[in-house]
Amino acid sequence: MSFLPYAVAVWLFIVGLYGVVSSRHMVRTILSLAVVQSATYVLLLAIGYRSGGQAPIVADIPPTTTLVDPVVQVLVLTDVVIEATVTALLLALVVQAHKRFGSVDPNDLRPLRD
Amino acid sequence: MVIRPLSRRWLNDAVTGAGAVAVVVLCALLLSRAAQHPIAYWMGGFRPVDQVAIGISLSIDPVGAGLATFSAVLVLAALAYSLRYFDSVDGVFHALLLLFGAAMAGFTLTGDLFNLIVFFELMGAAAYALTGYLIEDRAPIQGAINFAVTNSIAGYAMLVGVALLYARTGALNMAQIGLALDRHGADPLVVVAMVLLFLGFLTKAAAVPLHFWLADAYAVAPIPVCVLFAGVMTELGVYAVARLYWVIFAGPMHPHMEAVRAILIAIGVVTALLGSLMCFQQRHIKRLLAFSSVAHIGVLICGVGLLSARALAGVGVYIVGHGLTKAALFMCAGVLLHRFRTIDEYDLHGRGREIPAVGVLMVVGGLLLAALPPFTLFAGKSLLEEASTQAGYGWLIAVFIVTSAATGAAVLRVAGRVFLGWGPRDAPGAGQARAGQVSEDEMQDRPDHTPPMMIVVPVVLLALTLAVALIPGAVPAIEDAAARFTDHAAYAQWVLRGRPVSWPSVAPSHISAVDVLYSSLSVLGAVTLAGLGLFGRPLRARVPRVVGGPWLRALHTVRDLHSGHIGDYIAWWTAGASLLGAICLLTLA
Repeated sequence: MSFLPYAVAVWLFIVGLYGVVSSRHMVRTILSLAVVQSATYVLLLAIGYRSGGQAPIVADIPPTTTLVDPVVQVLVLTDVVIEATVTALLLALVVQAHKRFGSVDPNDLRPLRD
Repeated sequence: MVIRPLSRRWLNDAVTGAGAVAVVVLCALLLSRAAQHPIAYWMGGFRPVDQVAIGISLSIDPVGAGLATFSAVLVLAALAYSLRYFDSVDGVFHALLLLFGAAMAGFTLTGDLFNLIVFFELMGAAAYALTGYLIEDRAPIQGAINFAVTNSIAGYAMLVGVALLYARTGALNMAQIGLALDRHGADPLVVVAMVLLFLGFLTKAAAVPLHFWLADAYAVAPIPVCVLFAGVMTELGVYAVARLYWVIFAGPMHPHMEAVRAILIAIGVVTALLGSLMCFQQRHIKRLLAFSSVAHIGVLICGVGLLSARALAGVGVYIVGHGLTKAALFMCAGVLLHRFRTIDEYDLHGRGREIPAVGVLMVVGGLLLAALPPFTLFAGKSLLEEASTQAGYGWLIAVFIVTSAATGAAVLRVAGRVFLGWGPRDAPGAGQARAGQVSEDEMQDRPDHTPPMMIVVPVVLLALTLAVALIPGAVPAIEDAAARFTDHAAYAQWVLRGRPVSWPSVAPSHISAVDVLYSSLSVLGAVTLAGLGLFGRPLRARVPRVVGGPWLRALHTVRDLHSGHIGDYIAWWTAGASLLGAICLLTLA
């Protein structure tokens, strides 16, 4: 098992966080969020990988075939659905922010100060 | 916003109301069954074979079922309150409210770690949308974005934690992961997984410094939604930390129990004190109540951190008491917002005289938050105090007293200023901008009366707070449930083997004179602090500059940290996460 995918996952997570922290544009914030999320995909797929394994489609294959773990793939799939929902919601909010604030820079979106 | 025909709205309310009532009844039935024997239900009949879980389970114990019932009751209360709160509301609100309730029920009942995360995300998605429901205003957009981004990152951190645990144990069922880790012991990977999972749930629970999203979201969400957020959603984060510790990590972390305890209690104390400080400073009443929630969450994290059955029983009682009281207080704030179109303490100076009933409710709520004996929060706090003394953390009692006093005082101060017109009319310092912009679209014009429903619901909730601890057998039942909750070995037994486990009855705790003394202190402290907040300005002016100057600067610095900028919030989140991770790796691995 290679060390590389785990390093990539950690890198993506950190880079994504940096993106959220440093964004001057809300759409970039949301894309950075998607980068953080892709770290979890890479990690999950790396965990489920078996050397020489093939895709876990169990029709018409000999029972001794090595398969990669299907469970993590299901987790990724579920995760993608959640991500799609939240991203859509956030983008809708950003569109609305653009309408009401006339800006999508988080520095300008500060009506909550008291 | 389009005003729908009346009949359509009536239909929405009726269908949603029937659904909410049905959920309350079903959850109560579930609770009565689970109180006798915990229930492990396997979806599609995929039962575990040789203690290996293939399917997905609902693992229902009295604590889970109790929290599900509690959240269902609050959903019903929020719905009843919203009947007259909005001038116009469409079916989306009802649907989101029910979805939110469903996610909370699933969250409390599931026995599968991944499902826990899915319900967390579902709860989140519904909550973000509800926060931004008044989408035509500016503030809700901002609040909802901060809430969604912070909690999404928390969700991803947890997913990484789940993936690591799956890699280590090959299991997703919590009982089975716990069993596998018992054999395996702790290693750095398990510690990292634990940190990531705790981080996620502590973000939901708004532990400092992961709490920044909370005040922004609470300040802008419609009142019925705040009722659910403050009443039960944040508390579910605390519940999940306790559940994960006792089911999954209690085995491998057993040798490091003292270190885990110290870390959680440190988080709790910082959260409680910072929350209290911020709470007392607010003039925006919804923000004030939000920070009051942060403070009380700190107390709850300390309770979970004590890692004992008695403390957990205290946490359970405290959650019920705090949830009901805070829900009622938000409803009182809702009446003010509904009637006067502002939520600013100084703008409302003396105007509450028109509605004295709400003032009475607010005073009662403030006193209850200050742990007035012998009611529910007092009962919970007494259990927590007993547990802290037993664990050798007797000084925590002082933190609990300060938190109760400061948060109670803030509410009493608001009640004094708004309903009695006490204290100066103008805010101190010209630097402070007016808080609480009037939301333009929530309600179109000022009504001259308050719908009775908006008074009745908080009255019922406060009456429940008064009653719960006084019902004979209620507190001992929670103590029994907590003892079962903390039985790490038995959980795997009843979930994976379906074996009934018999627990001995727990000797109930007794409320002693000392507890009453402590609570009297916090109530007295609350009244004194409230008085100082109202009439103390001449006194404060006499504080020497040497003391006053740095103190004020410190206060402003802390306040400015809550900048509303999502980048700042995530920077703090990352810093907190790194710090917690470093400390845990150094002490636990």
